[in-house]
Amino acid sequence: MTSSGPDRSAPGSTPSPHGADAAPVVKAVRLRHPWRNLIAVIILIIAVAFIWDAAGRTAYHWDIFGKYVFDKRISEAAFNTLQLTVYSMVIAAILALVLAVMRLSSNPVFKSISWFYLWIFRGTPVYVQLTFWGLLSVIYPTLSIGLPFMHPWLEFPTGSTLTFFELAIIGLALNESAYLAEIVRAGILSVDRGQEEAATALGMTWTQSMLRIVIPQSMRVIIPPTGNEVISMLKTTSLVTAVPYSLDLFARSRDIATSLFAPVPLLLVASAWYLAITSVLMVGQYYLEKRFARGIGAARPTKGAGGTTAAPTTTAQFEVVSEAYNTDEKEHQ
Amino acid sequence: MTDTEVPMVQADQVSKSFGSNQVLKSISLTVRRGEVMVLLGPSGSGKSTFLRCINHLESVDAGRLRVEGTLVGYKEKGDKLHELHPKEAAAQRREIGMVFQRFNLFPHMTAIENIIEAPMRVNKVGKATAIARAKELLTRVGLGDKGDAYPAHLSGGQQQRVAIARALAMDPKLMLFDEPTSALDPELVGEVLDVMKKLAESGMTMIVVTHEIGFAREVADSLVFMDGGVVVESGDPREVLANPQHERTKAFLSKVL
Ligand SMILES: Nc1ncnc2c1ncn2[C@@H]1O[C@H](COP(=O)(O)OP(=O)(O)OP(=O)(O)O)[C@@H](O)[C@H]1O
Ligand SMILES: [Mg+2]
Repeated sequence: MTSSGPDRSAPGSTPSPHGADAAPVVKAVRLRHPWRNLIAVIILIIAVAFIWDAAGRTAYHWDIFGKYVFDKRISEAAFNTLQLTVYSMVIAAILALVLAVMRLSSNPVFKSISWFYLWIFRGTPVYVQLTFWGLLSVIYPTLSIGLPFMHPWLEFPTGSTLTFFELAIIGLALNESAYLAEIVRAGILSVDRGQEEAATALGMTWTQSMLRIVIPQSMRVIIPPTGNEVISMLKTTSLVTAVPYSLDLFARSRDIATSLFAPVPLLLVASAWYLAITSVLMVGQYYLEKRFARGIGAARPTKGAGGTTAAPTTTAQFEVVSEAYNTDEKEHQ
Repeated sequence: MTDTEVPMVQADQVSKSFGSNQVLKSISLTVRRGEVMVLLGPSGSGKSTFLRCINHLESVDAGRLRVEGTLVGYKEKGDKLHELHPKEAAAQRREIGMVFQRFNLFPHMTAIENIIEAPMRVNKVGKATAIARAKELLTRVGLGDKGDAYPAHLSGGQQQRVAIARALAMDPKLMLFDEPTSALDPELVGEVLDVMKKLAESGMTMIVVTHEIGFAREVADSLVFMDGGVVVESGDPREVLANPQHERTKAFLSKVL
């Protein structure tokens, strides 16, 4: 697998023809790693053996797996899980931004509110929080809008206003926002203070300098751990059974498994779907990271600017060319 | 012409403390319209703080600081000063450009994007107009071909010239420079000083904190030497540099000359 031939020697140097007759350079023999190769081979053998065994092992019931992996009930449940993840993450992100800014503000009231919120929501287990949200209609049978100690303007019965699905989203979002708030705060603090100062000196308001200058730069620090949080959230949704919401991927697989008396293949079905969604999310994260690395990623002032910096120009040129081509075409028609 | 009699900047017993550390002690000075003033002084003497007070990045504790006759950061009502709302303070800053020692360009934006940001967001200039003006300004600082470059791909001297163009895009009536060449390699200092010199020749009012004595001698109309938060000596730069009156000025000049 690993070829240590001449074509792989000296990465980074300009590729010269093999055995060029240029001035004789030091013949570099790459450092060999015999142990590394040996361990790789052993692991490969173990992996192949495991897969070979698993493919034939009856306890896995691959026939049931095959039957249910694309079952409509399962794919719908996967979509519910995805919805739970996306909605609660979006709400959490907005709340987190507010909490982080409050925490960083000089207003002691805002600071304390933010601190207290984090203390509560990070200090109690999410499963417990979700159970509480499920009991909301027991604790507060009606929700009313109005002034304290006065007759409310509007009143709703809690149970029929909020579904378990919505309560699950609220529960997940509020818990997550506490963690995201700390990530956002770290991101904002990572931006050089001179940036906000320069924006202020140009006459930009605090909101403008936050939205246009500071937050876009903080994204580079915020996105990697947030990607982590999204993936973690995808799996935390399996706890919504505490609300109790039972149409998510895990609950649905478990219910089907119970009716079939076959827990193992449906665990595999659920795992396959979780893995598939995670993979898609990771691709999304890759592109987001690239987007926010603009101007910072390729910090080396290379001549001819290879790689990342050259790419946008080429696409731009290509677009211009193809546009010109299109107009040509139209004229000919 | 009464208009020319209103000084661009007038500081009247301006004082400023950080906690118990009094950084500016009753500074009084005047900068006329079109004047180039060089501010000189040892580290920690309060030069940056004074510049930052002029566009209200720091607030003044006592005394009066006026730009074109208007109080900076405060409103005078009766015998009391009321702090301005942040929006009003931001409006005042639009007319004052500032250039920093470490450039502070926005790294996630190209040179052009850096320059058009404030005109578009603050002054609501249209994009096409803002870009045309940005290109003109880049040409003026000798970087006509660098519009699409990100700051990380520019040398320090080029970054500082973009920063100057960025400040000029707001059409300021006053430019503040806080050690604009101190972070540069020696061979890059000249290109930035040249741009500043051209700007001075075009009639811009400038306050420049710098240790470049050559610039002070050649370009400045006045020189102020500060130490320990007070103005020790001021006057014509050539005279002060050739013949300093104060011991502290002499001691400082013997170190930087
Ligand atoms: N935000 C701040 N908080 C507390 N102290 C400060 C602050 N800014 C400046 N100082 C203090 O004020 C004093 C003057 O600082 P200033 O930056 O104005 O000096 P300077 O003349 O510009 O010096 P340098 O040549 O090093 O830039 C220093 O003692 C500094 O520690
Ligand atoms: Mg300073």
